[in-house]
Amino acid sequence: MNIVVCIKQVPDARTVKFDQEKGTLVREGVESVINPFDYNAIEAALELRDAFGGQVSAVTMGPPQAQEAIREALSLGVDKGVVVSDRAFAGSDTLATTYTLAKAIEKLGAPDIVICGKQAIDGDTGQVGPGLAVRLGIPYVTCVNEMEILKGRNVLRLKRMCEQGYDIVEVETPLLMTVLATLNTPRVPSLKNKMRARKADIPLWDVSAIGAEPGRTGLAGSPTQVVSTSVPTFDAKKEMLEGEPEEQVDALVTRLKEAGVI
Amino acid sequence: MTKVNYFLTEEQQMIVELTRQIAEEKIIPVRAELDETEEFPWGIMKDLAQADLFGLYIPEEYGGLGGGCFENCLAVEQLAYGCIAITTTFAASALGGYPILLFGTDEQKAKYLPDIAAGKRLVAFGLTEAEAGSDAAGIRTAAIDEGDHWVINGTKQWITSGGEAEIYTIIAMTDRSKGARGATAFIVEKGDEGFSFGKKERKMGLRASSTRELVFNDCRIPKDRILGRRGQGFIIAMRTLDLARPGIGAIGVGLAQAALDEAVRYARQRIQFGQPIISFQAIQHMLADMATQTEASRALVYAIAKTIDAGAKNFSKLSAMAKLFPTDIAMKVTTDAVQILGGYGYMKDYPVEKMMRDAKILQIYEGTNQIQRNVIGQALNKEYANKQ
Ligand SMILES: Cc1cc2nc3c(=O)[nH]c(=O)nc-3n(C[C@H](O)[C@H](O)[C@H](O)COP(=O)(O)OP(=O)(O)OC[C@H]3O[C@@H](n4cnc5c(N)ncnc54)[C@H](O)[C@@H]3O)c2cc1C
Repeated sequence: MNIVVCIKQVPDARTVKFDQEKGTLVREGVESVINPFDYNAIEAALELRDAFGGQVSAVTMGPPQAQEAIREALSLGVDKGVVVSDRAFAGSDTLATTYTLAKAIEKLGAPDIVICGKQAIDGDTGQVGPGLAVRLGIPYVTCVNEMEILKGRNVLRLKRMCEQGYDIVEVETPLLMTVLATLNTPRVPSLKNKMRARKADIPLWDVSAIGAEPGRTGLAGSPTQVVSTSVPTFDAKKEMLEGEPEEQVDALVTRLKEAGVI
Repeated sequence: MTKVNYFLTEEQQMIVELTRQIAEEKIIPVRAELDETEEFPWGIMKDLAQADLFGLYIPEEYGGLGGGCFENCLAVEQLAYGCIAITTTFAASALGGYPILLFGTDEQKAKYLPDIAAGKRLVAFGLTEAEAGSDAAGIRTAAIDEGDHWVINGTKQWITSGGEAEIYTIIAMTDRSKGARGATAFIVEKGDEGFSFGKKERKMGLRASSTRELVFNDCRIPKDRILGRRGQGFIIAMRTLDLARPGIGAIGVGLAQAALDEAVRYARQRIQFGQPIISFQAIQHMLADMATQTEASRALVYAIAKTIDAGAKNFSKLSAMAKLFPTDIAMKVTTDAVQILGGYGYMKDYPVEKMMRDAKILQIYEGTNQIQRNVIGQALNKEYANKQ
């Protein structure tokens, strides 16, 4: 089985700072890490490989430094990886990103299962997974938090979380899914894989390597452009209620009634 | 601030990174609960297996990584930063595996080492008995040669991972009249006829590690389970312990470092008399001693482990030093950490309480620290006699 995971390098949420005036992330001196949900995507891919056989490839679009993210994926047991990297990819919105990733995945060979994290914690759109599936012409299931393998039939039974409750769907491969953090507990790297990853040759694929039309990638291929970003302001009224719990509850109910909430 | 440069290779650095990651992500979040419930840490053993760590000291031809005493020390130091009970469970498997590695026949190695390296089966080492602790020559468990098999009778006490491990290397008497030269090592497997487990101990610390009796009641094992030669049992035990003891020292280093980190962090934020307590010289001096002694322990363990890996012979004195000093320091540093946290340090809400309870075992098992001093003292006596 040919399994592909899409991963993204994002700024480490533990060290990232926000420039309140400019309304942008301060990226200098901030470490890049793999998007947290993508660890769950990698774990799911490895579990599927262990069950079905085959191999797992990791794909990321990003600057050449994103090789580090691929190296980490290899240390977790992913078989091979590639960075799709070109100045022409800069400024991609989700339309251009899914176009570029789809081209790269097609170059790797027709996938049986593609797995993405639910969303990237920097852009937060959650659109790349579904968009990619449409481009690859395969069905997709988002927000998966349970996965059961029906091996004989190459079918996955997936629990997908919805706003109110959940659906359980059975999907035959090929398919794409996006996964939640609650799907699994990512494994730790192994020493042998870490050593293999350290020495691995990780290819960088540019526009021509994936056979992309330049006008459809990066800024040129992105109808969405970020015009400005702003920091949300919190101007809600704050009030600390005092006294015994009963008094506090009474006071709270009174306030809520006054505000017309209840 | 510059850290001491121990000039680790890239691979050794990887071992440190990986084991520290496991300590932080997998061990620290569960250590208090496992300490409370005394539950065996199977989940973490699985993580360690998946990380290839059980094969650290096993040659590549048996599926291991071919590391030495030093690599093992690096790994257990970082795991011990998380919890020494869990680390002991891991380290005990090496203690049980070393006799097979050092003295096993090719058939025995091929049969057992690949499973041990893959972490599929845990190993335990059984020497101690109720009447024979420091004085190991006093063991009473006996093995009788009955032609095509051995029959073992007796009880081993306080065996780490007893009941959970599947492979046991044990020492039994085969010729009582020969005294210490009358002991022999054997491999016993869980499930062997007449082999069962006694009570599980309830302990002051090290509670996530299982400590149990091994009971041999006309236990029959095939002839080919003898390890090494008949009469070689104590030599095997001593060689095994010599190789393993720096690892116990390294566990002490990891534990001391963890306690030091907690103490410094706390001292920086605890305000009394209007200032952080780290501003009091009395506290600063305690921390300074703790930090210096911890680093000195680390340097000693690393230097001795590397000496052993370089092919040293007769290193009992060095290996005793590598166990003695860091474990005494671990006891002192964890005790001082509790002191620095004051009443909070005595509460289970803070990790130093468990660290201090756990530390005590390091001065007792794998030969008490008095016995280590005996070994060092006797070696000095010999060395200086030769010099005259
Ligand atoms: C949690 C735990 C796990 C263990 N795991 C294992 C295991 O996996 N396998 C195994 O075989 N054993 C194991 N042991 C046993 C351990 O190695 C022994 O407890 C240890 O060797 C000391 O023996 P003892 O407890 O009988 O003490 P004793 O030998 O009775 O000693 C009592 C005291 O007398 C001192 N003493 C004794 N003789 C001398 C001397 N000649 N000079 C100076 N002082 C002396 C000792 O230092 C100690 O302070 C474990 C023990 C514990 C508590």
